[in-house]
Amino acid sequence: MTDPDRNGASALRVRPYLLTRGRTKSVVDLPLEAQVRTTDAGDGGVGHQPPEQRAILELCAQPHSVAEISALLDMHLQVARILVGDLVNDGMVTTNTATPQSNERPDLRLLERVLDGLQSL
Amino acid sequence: MSGANPIPVKIVVAGGFAVGKSTFVESISDIDPLTTEAAMTKVSEGIDDIGDATSKKSTTVAMDFGRVALGQDLVLYLFGTPGQNRFHFMWDELVRGAIGAVVLVDTNRLEHCFPAVDYMEQAGVPFIVAVNAFDGVVRHHPEDVREALDVPAHVPVIVTDARHKAAVRDALVNLVRHAMTVAASAGAPA
Repeated sequence: MTDPDRNGASALRVRPYLLTRGRTKSVVDLPLEAQVRTTDAGDGGVGHQPPEQRAILELCAQPHSVAEISALLDMHLQVARILVGDLVNDGMVTTNTATPQSNERPDLRLLERVLDGLQSL
Repeated sequence: MSGANPIPVKIVVAGGFAVGKSTFVESISDIDPLTTEAAMTKVSEGIDDIGDATSKKSTTVAMDFGRVALGQDLVLYLFGTPGQNRFHFMWDELVRGAIGAVVLVDTNRLEHCFPAVDYMEQAGVPFIVAVNAFDGVVRHHPEDVREALDVPAHVPVIVTDARHKAAVRDALVNLVRHAMTVAASAGAPA
């Protein structure tokens, strides 16, 4: 890690990972579009969380994707992913993805639903 | 705090610089497109040859994306991607689990979409080529574009207009149909 005091420009890059205590990998594998939703436990636990986690819990009272969390709360994507991963582990949020494995493509049934949805727009 | 968590699906919008990717996403998105910044964590072979830790966080890449609700329980995300070769590491992330990709083409700068076409072909991502008719004018026939790009016969090449929601929707419908054909012929893996 670069010393932020020595190089002002690097401070912005280093700080995000302070939120994750230096970790750069999430404990859960979350694609960009994974829907994150605050659980009742998460809703009840908002007050005990650090500001960034609290912001996620408040935002995700309505489902939002990991990418939206990153964009709306101005966090690097990987940071958002790590913090969400921690909240998943703590039972504060649930996540939803299209397929059980994030590298699988949606199956025919889901594609048909997407097609119907697009055609109704 | 009621109701189900919607199922998210994703389509990638690729193509060269200034080909209309952001406009394409904006035309159909329910929300003003958002931007997320991803640090270049997977540094990568061929991008720079300085393998030390500092180089790993030296670059962030901005990705624009939009969201389209498809009924109550389905939500489609559209991600625009930087077109250059050196952002391929981002594409790996983006195409993961995606329905497929729309490769936007400006026929005045056809070569700008080559990296996207090459990438999608090699990665086995279902894709269509959509010629963006700037000013509503189609200057090249789709079949000429197909030939110039050397894309296989089964890959749809269509004309779109990134500024118009209906045209964008039609392009997406075309992609989803193509993805269904691909999934069916692959024995429909789950």
